[in-house]
Amino acid sequence: MIFFRKLWAIVWKDLLSELRTKEMILSMCLFSFLVLIIFSFALGAEVMNLKTIVPGILWVVFIFSGLMGLGRAFGAERDRGTLPGLLLCPLSPWGIYLAKMVGTFIFTAIMEIFTLSIFIILFNLNLLPFLLPLGLIFFLGTLGFSAIGTLFSAMSAATKSRDTILSILVFPITVPMLIAAVKATETILAGKTVTEVYSPLKILIAFDLIYLLIAYLTFTFIIEE
Amino acid sequence: MTKRIFEITFEVVTFLLMLAALYAIFIYAPIEKTMGIVQKIFYLHVPAAFLAFFAFFITFLASIVYLYKKDQKWDVIAYCSAEIGVLFCTIVLITGPIWAKPVWNVWWTWDPRLTTTLILWFIYLAYLMLRGVVRENQRANLSAVFGIIGFANVPITFFAIRLWRTIHPVIITSEGINISKPMKYTLLLTFCAFFLFFLSLLKNRIKLERLKIKTEKVRAVYEEIFSS
Repeated sequence: MIFFRKLWAIVWKDLLSELRTKEMILSMCLFSFLVLIIFSFALGAEVMNLKTIVPGILWVVFIFSGLMGLGRAFGAERDRGTLPGLLLCPLSPWGIYLAKMVGTFIFTAIMEIFTLSIFIILFNLNLLPFLLPLGLIFFLGTLGFSAIGTLFSAMSAATKSRDTILSILVFPITVPMLIAAVKATETILAGKTVTEVYSPLKILIAFDLIYLLIAYLTFTFIIEE
Repeated sequence: MTKRIFEITFEVVTFLLMLAALYAIFIYAPIEKTMGIVQKIFYLHVPAAFLAFFAFFITFLASIVYLYKKDQKWDVIAYCSAEIGVLFCTIVLITGPIWAKPVWNVWWTWDPRLTTTLILWFIYLAYLMLRGVVRENQRANLSAVFGIIGFANVPITFFAIRLWRTIHPVIITSEGINISKPMKYTLLLTFCAFFLFFLSLLKNRIKLERLKIKTEKVRAVYEEIFSS
């Protein structure tokens, strides 16, 4: 219980400092909005068979905009010189990782909800009937993305060229998550039932569990100087 | 002294085996009936693919041992093996399309094996880049963690891409190798030759890296004396 209270203290600190400046969440949302606009220009006014390309567009936007938030998770701590303070928290490295991951997850989720609402308006697509299965897929995908993203954010904070190296690290590793998530979203949007997306869902769950486990085992080495 | 003799013998044997492999590939092995001469690239492609995966596996193991023991020796092994793995992986990715164009009529297809190899190549390039930009005191730790993450990614990527269909030829099945006898011997020979070649590359690369670390240390001491 105390573990969760400590964890929440760090999450709350991140949320509060973000709420004061709104710097990151605003730039993430604005960026995702712009990418959607770019996509609609690039695809032309009349797109045939919208439902087959929607999952791809959505996940590309999620990952690109999510990447902006990832860099900040540990990068901001290092810039402000508060990283040693964070590491001194009476919490295991795994707890610190988990708190940061929950923060990243919340920011990414807010951005995703924002993107989805803009998307529904811009592309005139009714997602309401699929909300529950899609929510599950987005939850699992975002969890996996935050899990590896937070790990790599801590890694790239220790490098000279932070954002470049972060994207180089994140993109190849997210490939299985991206494939499974896009496949599942596509199947659901095609009007099929949840039972038909079991195999991509299994991959998403395996992805989340494997990377959470690796983070549990190795995070202490990443923050060690 | 005996160590030196052993090393020289090893290099000579590797060289001779590589020559024998070349002879076997171009003269001994018969020309395949339907694919023609281009099939010979298979003798280069398959051992290189195997060794690329093997090299990344060594990086994965050495990374784990490094995090456990904190001995720089293992970090050097992981780094050198990753570098050679990227080299072999590049060979695989170049020879593959050359073979695929006349046989499949496309340079590239998004088959699980091809895609997994490509992603693996990207991951270990990222590994090498990470080593280049990370601060020195954290280099070994971070690259070890990334070495583990990268290899753990292989099976998930493979299964994720299997959601689509495969057309990569399955040569080696559980029932044995699916080709004629001279081809089998040639493949076996190239396997051995490439394996020794890999070991010799790895050994020399590790030696070079160790010398580099040693010179850096000497230089640091020298500068300290010189500046004071």
